[in-house]
Amino acid sequence: MLSPTVMEEGDEVLQVLEVGEAVEEVKEVIISTIEEEIRRSSPLNSKTSQDDNWGETTTAVTGTSEHSLSQEDIVRITKDLEDSVGLDCRRYVTRSIAVILGLLVFFTPLAFLVLPHILWPDKQQRCETACEGLVISVAFKLLILLLAVWALFFRPARAGLPRVFVFRILLAVLVLLFVTSYWLFYSVRILHSQDPDYKDIVQYAVSLVDALLFIHYLAVVLLELRQLQPCYSVCVTRATDGETRHYNLGQLSIQRAALAVIEHYYCDFPIHNPALLSASKSRAAKHLAGLKVYNVDGPGNNASAGIAQSQSRAMIAAAARRRDTSHNELYYEEAEHERRVRKRRARLVVAVEEAFTHIKRMQEEEPKKAPGDVMDPREAAQAIFPSMARALQKYLRTTKQQHCHSMESIQQHLAFCITNKLTPKAFLEGYLTPGPTLQYGKDHWLGRRWTLISEASVTSGLKDGSVFLLKCVDFCLVVTSRKIPYVQMSEEYIDPKSHKFVLRLQSETSV
Amino acid sequence: MSFVPGQPVTAVVQRIEIQKLREGENLILGFSIGGGIDQDPGQNPFSEDKSDKGIYVTRITPGGPAEVAGLRIGDKIMQVNGWDMTMVTHDQARKKLTKKREDVVRLLITRKSLEEAVKHSKGSHPRQ
Repeated sequence: MLSPTVMEEGDEVLQVLEVGEAVEEVKEVIISTIEEEIRRSSPLNSKTSQDDNWGETTTAVTGTSEHSLSQEDIVRITKDLEDSVGLDCRRYVTRSIAVILGLLVFFTPLAFLVLPHILWPDKQQRCETACEGLVISVAFKLLILLLAVWALFFRPARAGLPRVFVFRILLAVLVLLFVTSYWLFYSVRILHSQDPDYKDIVQYAVSLVDALLFIHYLAVVLLELRQLQPCYSVCVTRATDGETRHYNLGQLSIQRAALAVIEHYYCDFPIHNPALLSASKSRAAKHLAGLKVYNVDGPGNNASAGIAQSQSRAMIAAAARRRDTSHNELYYEEAEHERRVRKRRARLVVAVEEAFTHIKRMQEEEPKKAPGDVMDPREAAQAIFPSMARALQKYLRTTKQQHCHSMESIQQHLAFCITNKLTPKAFLEGYLTPGPTLQYGKDHWLGRRWTLISEASVTSGLKDGSVFLLKCVDFCLVVTSRKIPYVQMSEEYIDPKSHKFVLRLQSETSV
Repeated sequence: MSFVPGQPVTAVVQRIEIQKLREGENLILGFSIGGGIDQDPGQNPFSEDKSDKGIYVTRITPGGPAEVAGLRIGDKIMQVNGWDMTMVTHDQARKKLTKKREDVVRLLITRKSLEEAVKHSKGSHPRQ
């Protein structure tokens, strides 16, 4: 409650008045200062008084109509098109480049071996035992290389990352350079000079295949093994409701770390439920709803920025002074909600248990019942669903989960539980606690587009203290990384014979 | 009441004579003892120095012979009938106190308030 203060002439009066307070006080303050104002600004009186014929004027909306496009819209559309087409294009281009490179690498040793026979059929030499052995080894090494490359590089891509994968580019360039240099030497030394010794050519091909296998080893180490050792601990927080998890990652670039975080998100974080956030938003709105700001001095005295700043400061001051009882409401509301949820949950558990007792798995030895009685799991589920449907629906409404589960999905889950002999408790587990995003239907998580927002370049490595955001359609994940500290461990030896004990006596005898 | 090993123990003591009371077959004194060189000195609530393994009075039966004679809870027993009680086991102390042939036990006990009283009186009469 604001106590009325004495006003000096010329005081800037900007007070925040509480709606719903005694009306007499409000009137008092306004009247006195308007008198002052009128006294002060007599020649400019017309501004402060209301315009009498404001109802007469009309406004016309001109400019863009609903269906017109502005320049920005056009730019945005083309960028979207480019993005979607560009991404697919890039994937195909990458894949085709990889295939071409692979074929080049695979057929080079074969070409080395076969070309002398094709070009100089008359100058053929005999292939001795050692030479034959080398040819066989080339063949098998090529086969191993083929399998290894297929295993490492030709896997289905699990994500489309914004920038190219630096290590892969490096390796491709290395392989290209390598093979080119080999071809160069081959063409100069062997083709040009028409070297007759076939063993040399075979050994040359063997050395190429060996070197390719070593490059593949380098690829395995750089692409797969390097990030296995945990180096950074990242803390992932969902911006809307504060769910936090911690993960250990190795040395990764920011985009690959983001991909790892997203994969962990899908299986660890409970599903994002926007219905649960409405309560805090309404509370926030209520905090400021009770306050109205009156600028008693009249417009045009200060710059607009100054007014806004002093307005907000006045609001904060008034909110601090006001005896706020919203914490009380929150406490009782939450207690009431808890009670309601527990009551509905009890009813649900009882209804489901009862429903499950109505059906029984038919044993083989039982005399065959009429075909009308025998049901498959889907029909059985449909038969017992109505008895628990109402309780389940009420429970889902109370916990605000009803948009996550459709009737169809519930019946499917029920049929699944019946088939696999799950108990009623196991059936209910998915509804009583919100599970990870992957548990729900495909429409909830399939085809999500994530945006990586980062101040550092996304191909640079994770560092201590790097922060980036992963934005999805309705929420945002904030990721911070910390370096795992260097652990200095020392040892202490305990002799097994050193474990000795004595009794601690404290007796009291009466005499 | 702490001692320096190797040096004689000095303390201000009070003589207390307790008449044993006959209760049926037993002669009782009306108090309980705790402590001893085989006991854990750290758990003694009455000792000042937590490494003191002496015998302490832990409980006094109200109205019993010990209370009548002037024994107080927390007293440290230094001698019983001439036998030293500062370096005995718990069982030895009990035996010395409960000899069936003796009707009277003469104890030398010490407590903190005795020392303070002496100091106080010394201070007020410096010539004494």
